[in-house]
Amino acid sequence: MYTHLRRFFTIALIAATCVFNLPARADEPAQHEAGKIAEAVNQEEHKIEHKLEEHEAKFNIGEMIMHHIADSHEWEFSHGVVLPLPVILYSEDRGIEVFMSSNFHNEHHEYNGYHLVHGESEQIVPVDEARKIYDFSVTKNVASMLISALILILVFTGVASFYKNSKGKAPKGFASAMEVIILFIRDEVVKPNVGPKYEKYLPYLLTLFFFILINNIMGLLPGSANLTGNIAVTMTLAVLTFIVVHLNANGNYYKHLLAPTGVPAPLLIIMIPVEIVGVFMKPFSLMVRLFANITAGHIILLSLFGLIFIFQSFVIAPVISLFALFLNFIEIMVAFIQAFIFTLLSSMYIGSAIEEHSHADHGH
Amino acid sequence: MSLLTPNPGLIFWMLVVFLLVVFILSKFAWKPILKGLKDRENEIQGALDLAEKTRAEMAQLKSDNEKLIAEANAIRDQILRDAKDASDRTIAESKDKAAIEGQKIIESARETIRNEQALAVSKIKQEVATLSLEIAEKVLRRELADKAAQEKLIADLATSARLN
Repeated sequence: MYTHLRRFFTIALIAATCVFNLPARADEPAQHEAGKIAEAVNQEEHKIEHKLEEHEAKFNIGEMIMHHIADSHEWEFSHGVVLPLPVILYSEDRGIEVFMSSNFHNEHHEYNGYHLVHGESEQIVPVDEARKIYDFSVTKNVASMLISALILILVFTGVASFYKNSKGKAPKGFASAMEVIILFIRDEVVKPNVGPKYEKYLPYLLTLFFFILINNIMGLLPGSANLTGNIAVTMTLAVLTFIVVHLNANGNYYKHLLAPTGVPAPLLIIMIPVEIVGVFMKPFSLMVRLFANITAGHIILLSLFGLIFIFQSFVIAPVISLFALFLNFIEIMVAFIQAFIFTLLSSMYIGSAIEEHSHADHGH
Repeated sequence: MSLLTPNPGLIFWMLVVFLLVVFILSKFAWKPILKGLKDRENEIQGALDLAEKTRAEMAQLKSDNEKLIAEANAIRDQILRDAKDASDRTIAESKDKAAIEGQKIIESARETIRNEQALAVSKIKQEVATLSLEIAEKVLRRELADKAAQEKLIADLATSARLN
């Protein structure tokens, strides 16, 4: 309990830092002189840190939540247990630069001409405002993604070796547990929605399902990254599905898009734009659905925990903990449901695009 | 809203890592797993088909056996019936033959009897003739002696002749 309290006070401290940091950042556009902003920001931050040390009890729940669901350049498991992650920057004048994020742990949060800004989300900005940098850092989310990718590869190559080694034997152990899910995805999700040519898309859709599932579940672990609740991740997945759909779509699909049959000519003026907007709405809905569901779940859980620190009461805490436990179970369910829905909708989009015979209903 | 602004660095890593995962899993995991599953399904289907086929064969064999048994039964019945017919026929024939034989024997017996009878009758006729002659001779002799005695003699003779 004590370590938890310490942890949350640290969060409060960081969160408060961010709050007081905001006005400083808002002033940025006004001040165009390079370097000065950074100085000002630093001074502000330090002032606030000192203040916070004096009034430790100040706790901003909104900032605490934002800090937890946003990406970060270091992985903070708990107070003081911080894993520095590599920062990879590309700029035209300096090329690729790689250094550890722990280098920012100094008086000015500054290293090598870069400044780590804590705002709504963490950002690395060059001290020299004129320079443009591209941030390819291995952030908390990227590190988490690499771990989950490794787990996926290890788990499923392990399962695959079972099928290679014990051919013709009854399934057992972990392989048979995975087999149930694989068969469910194959027989209940992909086969009926994609159609007879489902085998070509099965590897992609299976990977999609398990990638989303494992990252959803890993996101629920304490101290972990919120990967599938990050819009960049869900956007990439949605765009990949969009690309798969439109690379494999047949003539019928495009014909239906540009010249729907059985529609009177004057209506085409409305129908064609609607159809084209529909094409882009599909991946957009995929992206938002996963992002919003996972992020909302995290926000609810964090709000509940935040309540404990707002009330600071031993009566409220157990009640809220019970509530949080209940919500955690719901979140586990959501982790499965969202992975399932993403895969299901991807299958449906692929299926409607490769359908051989053209008919009026295309999964609207 | 920083939450809704995708970070290009993360998109880059996401693309790289996800595509790598798709590639590696497709090649080293999904391919053998899906193949294994399909093989097993085919095996199970094959075993089921074989069982079904065997069952059909068994049913076929059973019906063949039944047919054979029915045929055998029919043949046995036929043989029994034939045998019975044959024996009946034999018996009937024997009976007929026996009857005819009997008839013949009776006929011949009758013939013999008739012949014997005829013979006897002719003998009797001779005897009667002889007797009549003897009686006539005796009567003639007695008549010569007494008239009453003669008549009495004739009556006696007639009576005895009727008895004969």
